[in-house]
Amino acid sequence: MGSRAPILAPGRSATRTMMLWCPDWPITAILRDLAIPENAPLALIDKGEVFACSPAARLDGVRRGLRVREAQARCPALTVKHYDPDLDERVFEPVVTAIEQIMPGVQLVRPGLCAIQTQGPSRYYGGESLAAAALIATLTALGLTAARIGIADSPFAAEHAARATEVLVGVEQDPIWVVPAGGSAQFLGSFPLEVLEEPRLTVLLKRLGIRTLGEFAALDATDVRNRFGIEGALAHRKACGLDHRSVVARTPPPELDVAVDFEPALVRIDQLAFAFRTAADRFVERLRETGLVCTVLRVVLHSESGEVSDRLWRHPRWFDADDVLDRVRWQLQGGGLIEHGLHSGITRVHTIPETVEDLGDHADGLWGTGPDESIHHGLARVQSMLGHGAVLTASIAGGRMLKDRRVFIPWGDSPAGNPLTAMEKSQPWPGRIPGPAPATVFDEPQQVQVLDTQGGSVDVDSRGMLITVPSEFSPPGATVRMTVHHWAGPWPVTERWWDSSGRTLNRFQLVDATGAAWLLLLEDHQWWAEASYD
Amino acid sequence: MGQDLFSTDPAESQGNHSLLQEKINQMQGSRLGSRRLPTVPALGRILPGGGLMAGGTYSVENSSTLAMALLAGPSGSGAWCSVIGIPDFSVEAAAHLGIELERLILIPHVDSQWLTVTAAMVDVVSIILTRAPATITGSDAARLKARLRQRGAALISIGSWPQSEAVLSVSDNRWGGLGTGSGHLQTRQFRITATANNGRSRSTDLSLAELKHGGWPQLDGADNFRDTHRFVPTMVSA
Repeated sequence: MGSRAPILAPGRSATRTMMLWCPDWPITAILRDLAIPENAPLALIDKGEVFACSPAARLDGVRRGLRVREAQARCPALTVKHYDPDLDERVFEPVVTAIEQIMPGVQLVRPGLCAIQTQGPSRYYGGESLAAAALIATLTALGLTAARIGIADSPFAAEHAARATEVLVGVEQDPIWVVPAGGSAQFLGSFPLEVLEEPRLTVLLKRLGIRTLGEFAALDATDVRNRFGIEGALAHRKACGLDHRSVVARTPPPELDVAVDFEPALVRIDQLAFAFRTAADRFVERLRETGLVCTVLRVVLHSESGEVSDRLWRHPRWFDADDVLDRVRWQLQGGGLIEHGLHSGITRVHTIPETVEDLGDHADGLWGTGPDESIHHGLARVQSMLGHGAVLTASIAGGRMLKDRRVFIPWGDSPAGNPLTAMEKSQPWPGRIPGPAPATVFDEPQQVQVLDTQGGSVDVDSRGMLITVPSEFSPPGATVRMTVHHWAGPWPVTERWWDSSGRTLNRFQLVDATGAAWLLLLEDHQWWAEASYD
Repeated sequence: MGQDLFSTDPAESQGNHSLLQEKINQMQGSRLGSRRLPTVPALGRILPGGGLMAGGTYSVENSSTLAMALLAGPSGSGAWCSVIGIPDFSVEAAAHLGIELERLILIPHVDSQWLTVTAAMVDVVSIILTRAPATITGSDAARLKARLRQRGAALISIGSWPQSEAVLSVSDNRWGGLGTGSGHLQTRQFRITATANNGRSRSTDLSLAELKHGGWPQLDGADNFRDTHRFVPTMVSA
């Protein structure tokens, strides 16, 4: 976080700091991102428990740490969302950028909390309070009305000054708390030891009869160091308002994303691909200038009717300009053809490098990087012909039905992110077929006929027992009837009986007169071929 | 027949020319200086030339299992494989027969672009399994074959293929383990017949277990059968 200034250097090394705090940032972030009104009851869930909730929800009794059910019972109108730390950072980024516009030297402590060196801004704006007021005005313009600012001698004291503004009520209500220079130790004096966030030390000090930071700060620094070690010594300096950290300004990251606006909106994909061509080149070129390559790309499309399409695209190697263009096109066409028209015109295409890696790690070797590269180029060519989802790699997943056990993942997508591969194949799947795997698993089950000696369709009764015995069989797409040589079944399969999408069926294995073996399904009195052992 | 070929009528001789050319093509094969790809030993015994030839095309008449077994050799020794236009391909059976799924590319639906896609994939992978559309013409097949020969790749077609090196088919299926109302399929015995383009045919009786073969020679750099620096090909005497 901060640079390690020589620990316990003599004298006052701490910098006077302005700390900006946005209370409930995770909530603010998601409200801003989803454009939900501020007074809507909303809770963020992390690991099944409420992680944060909006003020409206808090009024109804929702608290951090509640189970989801309990929170929903207390506040029936509650909107429940999953907590996403990335979203916090993403939404805070424009705030930091806006602050950097008016005062330099911003350090991002965590989303919702950032430190600014006071010296420069206070001289420029003619005083610390005036600088803080200018900052508040900027944030209000961004729509952040709840921001609070504390100014003190150290980042630690400044953070608690910002938090302390919450206790001000009535006429004294003010989002800014300025602790006068040299007054930080006195300001912190009445705080309980818990604010140090050192649980072991806190317990120990309490047993020694020390209950507040003031009492702790009154101890001699050398004694504290000898008795409590380095950890204690750092905490002691914090309590004295002499934080060992100082504000380390971040270097604003280079602007890597590329957005293109279209006026008037474009309605044809080929038009749009042509218009975005140079932007895609610029996107890749800009990354290359900073020595980076993009491995995960986010494409955001805005349409005339206000729809936003947002999708992450992965790449087995890294994106070049053609790849970027292909992804934009695929996202536009969905499953349709290249010449396919759009529902409404596209007004804006925005490409964001979601994950970047060092160019050096991806450089081609002197003799190329081997066959994988040529394979990738070839497959990318086929993908640009047929679409992203047409070139697949396969893996085996768990499942009872043979089709469920086969999972296709488009070339270039990571198998880790695919929910289908989550079905573990190593788990026991009662009802799966023993013996050799059939070589043909029909994409769509094929209709067949299994007849008894009387010529009627074979069926099972309500108890799952065969009523008549299979004697003749006609394979898919054929009208000939063949004698059944061997057969076995019924093997009942009941999938998700608790769910309307569940199914109940009976499986059979059957060898016909030609020696062909089939795996058959009997569902709703209708016979289907699931697979063939050809 | 021999007399007809040397007829003097120009229109007829034109027809005869193409007929002759086709006959020459058929008898010539692509075996000059070609190399063998790793093949399951049981199938190598009956294939012309002792195994799958780089640049060759083979057609398998009635068995996906047999086609997968042909793919298993190159795949097991590090080559990339592709399955084009077969939506019913069973990945699980392929894995059981020894095809490496990490190096398997599936393009189940190609619609009208079969030839373009297959030609593009010849550049990429070493062995292709496909179901050729009925509309494929002899000239398309010849062009694809030239490309296969140039790239050292092989093509296996389920269903007929003009000018294939050999036509393989499965007959006499005998299943073990299944009774009448009891048991389940466990073992399979069958006869595989390979008919070479010169009309000679050989057959062998096999069990399903014999089609599985481990311990393929490993190639360093994935699909490079062409990379003679790393892989010393077996030259085959014609």
